[in-house]
Amino acid sequence: MTQRNPPDPTATQDAGDIERLANVHPARWRNPTPADHYALVVIGAGTAGLVAAHAAAALGAKVALIERNLLGGDCLNVGCVPSKAIIRTSHLYADMRDAGQYGAQTPADIRVDFAAVMQRMRGIRARISRVDSVQRLVAAGVDVFFGQARFGASDWLTVDGAKLRFRKALIATGARPDTPAIPGLVEAGFLTNENVFDLTELPRRLLVIGGGPLGCELAQAFCRFGAQTTIAQRWPLFLPREERDAAQLLSDAFVRDGIEVRLNTTAVNVRVAGGQKLVDLVSEGHESTVAVDAILTGTGRVPNVDGLDLEIAGVEYDTTTGVRVDDFLRTSNPRIYAAGDACLQDKFTHTADASARIVVQNALFLGRQRLSALTIPWCTYTDPAIAHVGLYVRQARERGIPVKTFTVPMHEVDRAIADSEEAGFVKIHVRERTDRILGATVVARHAGEMINEISLAMVAGIGLRTLARVIHAYPTQAEGIKKAADAYNRTRLTPAVRSLLRRWLR
Amino acid sequence: MTPRSPLSDEALLDQLQRAAFGYFLEAVNPANGLVADNSRANSPASIAVVGFALSSYPLAVERGWLGRDEAVRLILATLRFFHDSDQSGRADATGFKGFYYHFLDIGTGKRAWRSELSMIDTALLVAGMLTAGRYFAAASADETELRAIVEALYLRIDWQWSQGGAETIRMGWKPECGFLHYGWDGYSEAIVLYVLALGSPTHPLKGDCGCYHAWTATYQWENLYGHDFLYAGPLFVHQFSHAWIDFRGIQDRFMREKRCDYFENSRRATEVQREYARRNPQRFTGYDENCWGLTACDGPSNPLPQSAHTARRLFGYAARGVPYGPDDGTLAGWAPLASLPFAPDRALCALRTMLQRYPQMRSDGRLSSSFNPTLNDASGDVWVSPGHFGLDQGIVAVMIENHRSGLIWRLMRDCAHVATGLRRAGFRGGWL
Repeated sequence: MTQRNPPDPTATQDAGDIERLANVHPARWRNPTPADHYALVVIGAGTAGLVAAHAAAALGAKVALIERNLLGGDCLNVGCVPSKAIIRTSHLYADMRDAGQYGAQTPADIRVDFAAVMQRMRGIRARISRVDSVQRLVAAGVDVFFGQARFGASDWLTVDGAKLRFRKALIATGARPDTPAIPGLVEAGFLTNENVFDLTELPRRLLVIGGGPLGCELAQAFCRFGAQTTIAQRWPLFLPREERDAAQLLSDAFVRDGIEVRLNTTAVNVRVAGGQKLVDLVSEGHESTVAVDAILTGTGRVPNVDGLDLEIAGVEYDTTTGVRVDDFLRTSNPRIYAAGDACLQDKFTHTADASARIVVQNALFLGRQRLSALTIPWCTYTDPAIAHVGLYVRQARERGIPVKTFTVPMHEVDRAIADSEEAGFVKIHVRERTDRILGATVVARHAGEMINEISLAMVAGIGLRTLARVIHAYPTQAEGIKKAADAYNRTRLTPAVRSLLRRWLR
Repeated sequence: MTPRSPLSDEALLDQLQRAAFGYFLEAVNPANGLVADNSRANSPASIAVVGFALSSYPLAVERGWLGRDEAVRLILATLRFFHDSDQSGRADATGFKGFYYHFLDIGTGKRAWRSELSMIDTALLVAGMLTAGRYFAAASADETELRAIVEALYLRIDWQWSQGGAETIRMGWKPECGFLHYGWDGYSEAIVLYVLALGSPTHPLKGDCGCYHAWTATYQWENLYGHDFLYAGPLFVHQFSHAWIDFRGIQDRFMREKRCDYFENSRRATEVQREYARRNPQRFTGYDENCWGLTACDGPSNPLPQSAHTARRLFGYAARGVPYGPDDGTLAGWAPLASLPFAPDRALCALRTMLQRYPQMRSDGRLSSSFNPTLNDASGDVWVSPGHFGLDQGIVAVMIENHRSGLIWRLMRDCAHVATGLRRAGFRGGWL
């Protein structure tokens, strides 16, 4: 369930948006008469809520789904879908700019039609919204209610004046952008993921505050559209969670794109003068001011736990970390579960999806599936993209696990060379002196596609030795993974083994 | 193999080492012992360069390039300056808590360039002081005073403060903003810093070996280009701590686990550099297995004069590294030389190849900070960093000496503080 900033009044509703809204919140919708009792009431129709509702209904459960804004949640409306759509266009502009390195001509006059970029995005969003549509939910037998849910007791809640009794409930209310406490920011106006996709004109100068995934992805995209972009990150590198080399490669890529990179930098004040926003920045005691036309913040997300009267239902929560759940995703009220951004540290669409499936099993079928058993990959869709799965080296070492990394720079991969996409690497971490994969990081233009192979190997318990036997289509960039596995195999040729082989082959 | 010049290896190394040492005599302010960071006009002093100067005076005395009395005079001037310097931590002071600002005005000794109070550069300075203290062991009044000041300066450093309440040592501190809010992450040249900080009898690091392990927990042991090694991109990382500490045969917990030691690791790092240069993924001019050396060094900056390569991004002074860069075609000729003890044949072969191909990289007998064969002017002359940098000359002078005689290693093996620090960090075996 999303709590959005008021839409930008300049936003236009074209055919794409009209179709999407008809799918995800029809204007003339009337809530149904509640059933006497629901096997599962789902609060929030973002990824977690939709997955749970469809899965439970498909299994024959009587399900109610409550949404206070738009079905599809952040991912469809203001997150993954629109951002990836505009990132794709930004790649194209980057490729046009770099045409010379492909032996092609850079067009003489590259003009960015930002309105067309956004129109394409809205069309894509509308098309994907069909999957999340209210019509599809109704057809699946789900009772859909629009409105604010409030618990009245541990086994019922109200929405839009109606009382819904439940055997089990799922809180899947999602998260919203955290507003950084910078004096003057609110007064000056700022963008977040919730309203940046409503823009109709490209800001001439953009300051991105925060170097997390959202800030990094959109800073690069807007820069490639021609916005004079500055990104201010308070830490020494972007994506602080990721490996140093990955973050460093990203910094280098940003500079290559022409983004003004301000690391170790904090925004301390914002004011408006002469129609522009003046932002004071401080870096290691040095003060400076940047003048911009728009500010985009990407400084973290906070869970939506407000307005639900969770106390009445006996559900413990924290306004920073969200609804408190155990490893089975059960809250302090055994009837009530939580999934997705409302309770998880890893706020990804695919984690929301996976956690919702766990809840359906555990809540309705006495399942004992654990969140901690999941292998969760993620990817930041910059160029190059940065994808990770499993443990980082540091985490392994902190747990006392001896770890060794097999590293293949992308400049070792034929297809990456052919594609002129050599920035990046495949790093696969294994337990020392075994082939058991502990985790991996891939930095490559298509890292998000490549990480899935390693996730599969980890889930299936396949080690590097077996991966080395998997024939990879040539030439593909995923061959970097095969090369890492081959490197592992070569380390098995210890001097003693070599000596034996020599004697055998004599 | 490149044809050898008539000079023997020994004679060539002697020439280069003497020229490198000569930098210190040319760049030192004899009144306070401070040494310019580089030979360009208006350069401030760098405390790390002073550390290398102090380490080099003993080898110069030993080789007859400097009289013992003259060396003692220079060292005493240096030590007295630091001893009496303003330690208030004010914006224009010299230091704080026994640490010093990275760059100092070479005349007044006050902080220059609003630089940070630097933990690692203080460690390099103090390593130089301790080296001098071990070498000048005579009972004369001057040498007795010299040793006393060295001890006092070492003992007054509040290493515990430098943790800033965290587990690991902070990189720096500024009066304007306090501690720089990041520590050391991944393998770096900081072993000497941790060893000195752990060995202190007065203010050792809080948490004993725990803080060292917290730092080494960020290490990455990688298989790259067929070599298993403790990864760090720039070559200087694999060299600087080795200027003072003889890592042959001694191992900390990490190296025991990996059945390796830091000395062998540095040898492998040279192999990785060669492999990278041989592959030359960005297709720069000149790179091959005998022309390598990506490290922290000076370099060309945009905009470039006389260049047809304006589209290529240039990095100026930067910590260049392999395999992820930054790499703009700039190589440091001194970098292979500073790996001489680890891989003498590889290093000498690279040095001779580079000198033969690009003789411009050497001026006044010294190796420039860097050169870039991809960037050349109309007459075909490659870009060469103007002048010389003290750090480059210092590591060359000291590492050639370690290769030739092991003098600096020997002196520091006998330094009780270093031995204590190594043991507290978990090092065992070998000479320890």
